[in-house]
Amino acid sequence: MDRFVFLTFDGLSRGAVYAAFALALVLIWRATRIVNFAQGAMAVATAYVGYSVSAATGSYWLGFAVAVLGGLLLGAVTERVVMRLVDHSSHLNGVVVALGLVLVIQGVLGMIYGNEFRPAEAPFSREAFTVGGIALLSRFDLFVFGAVFLVVALLVVLFTRTSVGLRMRASAFAPDVSRLLGVNVGGMLTLGWALAAAVGSLAGMLVLPTELGLHPNAMDIVFVSSFTAAVVGGLDSAVGAVAGGLIVGLLLSYVSGYLGATVAPIAVLLLLVVVLLGRPGGLFSRSAARAV
Amino acid sequence: MTALLEAEQLTVGYGAAPVLHSVDLTVAQGSITAVLGANGAGKTTLLRTLSGLLRPATGRVVLDGQDLRGVKVEQMVRRGVAHVPEGRGVVTELTVDENLRLGGLWRRDRVDAKRALDEVYDLFEPLARRRRFPGHQLSGGERQMLALGRALVGRPRLLLLDEPSLGLAPKVTAQIMGLLRTLRDRTGLTVLLVEQNVRSALSVADTGIVMSLGRVVANADAATLRDDEDMRHAYLGF
Repeated sequence: MDRFVFLTFDGLSRGAVYAAFALALVLIWRATRIVNFAQGAMAVATAYVGYSVSAATGSYWLGFAVAVLGGLLLGAVTERVVMRLVDHSSHLNGVVVALGLVLVIQGVLGMIYGNEFRPAEAPFSREAFTVGGIALLSRFDLFVFGAVFLVVALLVVLFTRTSVGLRMRASAFAPDVSRLLGVNVGGMLTLGWALAAAVGSLAGMLVLPTELGLHPNAMDIVFVSSFTAAVVGGLDSAVGAVAGGLIVGLLLSYVSGYLGATVAPIAVLLLLVVVLLGRPGGLFSRSAARAV
Repeated sequence: MTALLEAEQLTVGYGAAPVLHSVDLTVAQGSITAVLGANGAGKTTLLRTLSGLLRPATGRVVLDGQDLRGVKVEQMVRRGVAHVPEGRGVVTELTVDENLRLGGLWRRDRVDAKRALDEVYDLFEPLARRRRFPGHQLSGGERQMLALGRALVGRPRLLLLDEPSLGLAPKVTAQIMGLLRTLRDRTGLTVLLVEQNVRSALSVADTGIVMSLGRVVANADAATLRDDEDMRHAYLGF
């Protein structure tokens, strides 16, 4: 029982990060129908920059801010300079370009920082509080929950309560109609990519201290888990992405806890296959199934 | 009567084959002009070109004396052009209220944008009762009201309407045609109306343009078109 409680909390904490990362994937999918396979690599790139700033200045938080703002910038630049030039007659084109970006970014990171693991420090203790002999959460876990909750809340407010959010949603659903109504659809797209990449970078900063550390490929496994989370949630649904993230986090935690860590990635892929076969529109889709 | 909109020698094509061939068109300020013709005559292409969604290969569009070449689509609404596209263009994932607000987001005068929104709710009572409903839950008639209302929130000078009667009951169509006439009389709105429903379009229009295979084959008073039996038989099917 103790073990179950511990694994549950651990799973929710991981799941919160996957939720944030899945949310970033959903943001771009909704606006462009492209799964941004480069998101993990982009997040790692900004994390490297962030940790470099932290090392140079001695301030973790300055590096943290640089990483997230760097994500904002990198997302905007990626949309403006790369994705906008992609021929959108087939969605596959964008996906292939995103996969190419992964190779470019990881290659460049390897050249600059080397292909060894570098430590990624956490800003808070990762030692769990124990309540009644059961290890529950660490300070860092609480920070993860708080940060993800804040991001989700801000995104909800942005999309449902502000006119920019209304423009962004309209641009994603009906670009031509939105342009006829005076919406700068291209600008909204850039903003969407910027926000998504910033959320991705945040997720990277939250997950890297719990992984082996900084490495050009450090987010690959996280990407797979988060992509599964987004698909479980239906790719179109922000609520689904958050729920999917928590489901995948719990699954990973239970499987590694009870069956061993080596089985965990297989469990995630199995979940992906089962969902795609059984409910290709995701567990939270309202509309008909969509081919992924 | 002064011309609000002029198209000169518009040739437009998707790919190699032109869909519009050297179309000339003049729409008088404060008038309702019906664009008639069979499927594939180029009516929708004409509207999409006038609102900037399509770029003509040759020719130009002039609004109130200003050449619109090079004006972006999203700037057209700021120049007073509202285009209600085929299939109405209601963003079905958004609520009625969000759709309507979208129509006025570009406006700097927030007070008048709000006033225009309230006027639309007064004008279309069914919309006022369904403010929080998503677009996909509306009936065809309500969607048409929403699309029209959303255009009106921007207080346009020129309204481009693509097949507003499509899929609507005759009574609802008649209401919408009546409303267009009221708007023209009250606010001086200029309307360019693409219609398959020739009778209802000519009942409200001042002038009519008949298109066939991408060319304008007739341009006359609505009454003249109604009475021209040869024209009706040849192009309008009644």
